[in-house]
Amino acid sequence: MTANLRRRKVFSRIFETLCALAVIVALIPLAMILFYVIKEGFGALNVDFFTHMPKPVGESGGGMANAIAGTLILIGIAAAFAVPVGCLCGIHLSEYPGTKFSSIVRFAADVLNGVPSIVVGIFAYGILVLPVKRFSAIAGGVALGLLMIPIVVRTTEELLRLVPGGLREGALALGATRGRAVFSVIVPAALPGILTGILVALARVAGETAPLLFTAFNNRFWSTSLTQPIASLTVQVFTYAISPYDDWHRQAWAGAFLLVMMILALSILARLAVRRLERMNRS
Amino acid sequence: MTSALMTSSLTTDVTRESPSPPRFLAGEKVAKPDEGATLAQSEIKISVKDFDFYYGTAKVLHGISLDIPARKVTALIGPSGCGKSTFIRSINRMNDIITDARGKGTILIDGQDVYSGDTDVVELRRRVGMVFQKSNPFPKSIYDNVAYGLRIGGMRNKRQLDEIIERSLTRAALWHEVKDRLHASALALSGGQQQRLCIARALAVDPEILLMDEPASALDPIATSKIEELIYELKESYTIVIVTHNMQQAARVSDRTAFFMLGRLVEEGDKNTIFMNPKEKMTEDYVTGRFG
Amino acid sequence: MKRSSDDRSFRIGTGAFAALVLLIVAGIAFELTRQSTLSITKFGLKFWTTKVWDPVSGDFGALPFIWGTLYSSVLALLVATPIALGIAIFISELSPRILRQPLAYLTELLAAIPSIVYGLWGIFVLVPIVRKVEIAMGAKPALGVGMMAAALILAVMVIPFTSSVAREILKNVPATQREAAYALGATRWEAIKVAIGFGRTGIIGAVMLGFGRALGETMAVTMVIGNSPQISASLFKPQYTMAAVIANEFTEAADELYLHALIEIGLLLFIITVGVNLLSRLLIWSTKRRAITAVVMPMAAAEEVPA
Repeated sequence: MTANLRRRKVFSRIFETLCALAVIVALIPLAMILFYVIKEGFGALNVDFFTHMPKPVGESGGGMANAIAGTLILIGIAAAFAVPVGCLCGIHLSEYPGTKFSSIVRFAADVLNGVPSIVVGIFAYGILVLPVKRFSAIAGGVALGLLMIPIVVRTTEELLRLVPGGLREGALALGATRGRAVFSVIVPAALPGILTGILVALARVAGETAPLLFTAFNNRFWSTSLTQPIASLTVQVFTYAISPYDDWHRQAWAGAFLLVMMILALSILARLAVRRLERMNRS
Repeated sequence: MTSALMTSSLTTDVTRESPSPPRFLAGEKVAKPDEGATLAQSEIKISVKDFDFYYGTAKVLHGISLDIPARKVTALIGPSGCGKSTFIRSINRMNDIITDARGKGTILIDGQDVYSGDTDVVELRRRVGMVFQKSNPFPKSIYDNVAYGLRIGGMRNKRQLDEIIERSLTRAALWHEVKDRLHASALALSGGQQQRLCIARALAVDPEILLMDEPASALDPIATSKIEELIYELKESYTIVIVTHNMQQAARVSDRTAFFMLGRLVEEGDKNTIFMNPKEKMTEDYVTGRFG
Repeated sequence: MKRSSDDRSFRIGTGAFAALVLLIVAGIAFELTRQSTLSITKFGLKFWTTKVWDPVSGDFGALPFIWGTLYSSVLALLVATPIALGIAIFISELSPRILRQPLAYLTELLAAIPSIVYGLWGIFVLVPIVRKVEIAMGAKPALGVGMMAAALILAVMVIPFTSSVAREILKNVPATQREAAYALGATRWEAIKVAIGFGRTGIIGAVMLGFGRALGETMAVTMVIGNSPQISASLFKPQYTMAAVIANEFTEAADELYLHALIEIGLLLFIITVGVNLLSRLLIWSTKRRAITAVVMPMAAAEEVPA
């Protein structure tokens, strides 16, 4: 073996090792974050956390019941807004894929996908908070919904495209109108995937904080009203984390733990939903 | 048997005793039917003994034994999926890249076992060049494509590179077409030109053996005949093993032919023997077009 | 005929929702501009070059935030890109097949962690570590919060994005390219370099995608960067980013000018991130196209006649 060849082989080995190292380096923060969230968060969870409101500044104890409810309400509003808009938009794009209009819309959805969440928050502030001069759950929910839309549009369009063309032809041949064919045959066929897309988008926005800071704002008290400011896990964790109180720090970890669990639950739900619906589709 | 072959339209080319020589060769070469039926030991470049090949648990090559002579063209023919490509890729150990694939048996090049622990795969692949079915030039200039093998081997001297590149492109019958645009992208060439570029690229590192896996199957007839002319020229300096599903091509360019079927070597020998006087019925059936 | 009018109402009905998406994007651009007119008219272009940010006297300049955003994002890229590419190469070229899925899944997990959780971990775990490192390095000041912590946390958040796109790109490089390299006697790394070379445009696109992500990141950054509007090349000084100042001061903005100044910063953030994202998609798309055309056999329409 020549010296040149030996050198090249050594180089190859070195770089291959560096790549393996890169994987390890990236997994370290992942392990650390999960470790701390579980360690600090799980330990700070107690029944109070789920049943009590936050205590006034300085007092210890209390919980995040209102924030938990708030997050659930907010993602509910987000879904109520984003699912119809996103799905119908996706349906249009998959049914009329070649038109100039569709290309522009697709482009717009791509642009929306890249907009930082805080900027979307400013937009929601401008159209929903400023005119009524009040923070509200709706404003927060819509902001989150806006973030969901590009994901739902893309998943819906891609999955509908995958449905075999024979299905549509069959429905049309039986005399169904296009709308009927799409909604009664094609969409149900793609439903598992579309549902997954929605759940994935939900998991993503459930963890958002920035857009809520000046739309849903925050609320120390229990509130389920759509037109009032509302607490959320994310904003609450943020408020507690930057505070100087140790007790609040503990609760922040608990909130983070709950948040991660919620996102995990949504992802698992997504996977289960796919399997269940596919089984139904087959039978 | 011979008359049946003669009347079959598929083998009209074979009735001539040699392939029609390219324009640049004077006179015809006449090969007698039994010439080269047995090979002298010193003429053997590649010697394969009892070679098996597995993809996972599936055995795709069964006990292949074949001697490939130096500086001649050996064609491997057979229906698709019969293992010809797998076999040829075992010679330069390209199958090593595929997971779960392994060979058993012996492949000797100049007496050296290709699969032994002493053999360096990287060095082996420099000595044994390969041209693929789909031409695969790198998205670089023509110059950089041909220079690739030289550069990774450590050659930096521009004058040396220029010289070898010109020589390789000339040998691949491409020089005159590209000499004024060596730095243009290789992808701008036509399909046939790209394939000749790939041949030049393989020749640049000065291999002793050239393996060609259906090199002209993606090309139109004009480009194909250019490649065949090239092979005829190249065999003066290189040992060539070519896989082809095109029997007329095998009949035109090869000196020796090996017929593969379902992973087994059915028959091999002098080209004329295989096409005009095959010993096995399966071979006769195949070359007369009775199947496949 | 009933059928065609039904079809038409289907098309228009769904089209309306598609148009809504279009309107939303246009609306964002419009609203951001509308809500920053006070600041635009008062400061004009000086807004982007002034480093004073004084809410009390009503004097606003965005330079510190632009600096902080770009500096933190570029630093994050410098750290994240080699790691992300290393991961992409390992998973797609080097790792044993059974590890591929789990490793890919683990890297995606990094992307699933919400920004606020990164921030929490940042404040309580990363910053103390960084402070210890800074003290050991003899840095002044050694607060822990500052550019270094922000760049590090951004890097971790960016890695999964760049890595998964780069992995896709490498997967789409035709196998024949690597085979050609191997057949010419390339070592494993040399063959990988050929694949990277083939997909280089897309990989740059993947890096840009990470850049876009870093530019817009808000919570994790604001929790560890120190939130001080100063321009400094020092890694140890606390600084400020565009997204962070909006997050922190939006609800504090007492007067309209203040608010408009913040929203104008949001407008710039919008323009920059959208631009970077579009560029990245363009690059990725063009690489995917090249991969497809390279695999389609180049049939010679007409052989050129040799001279």
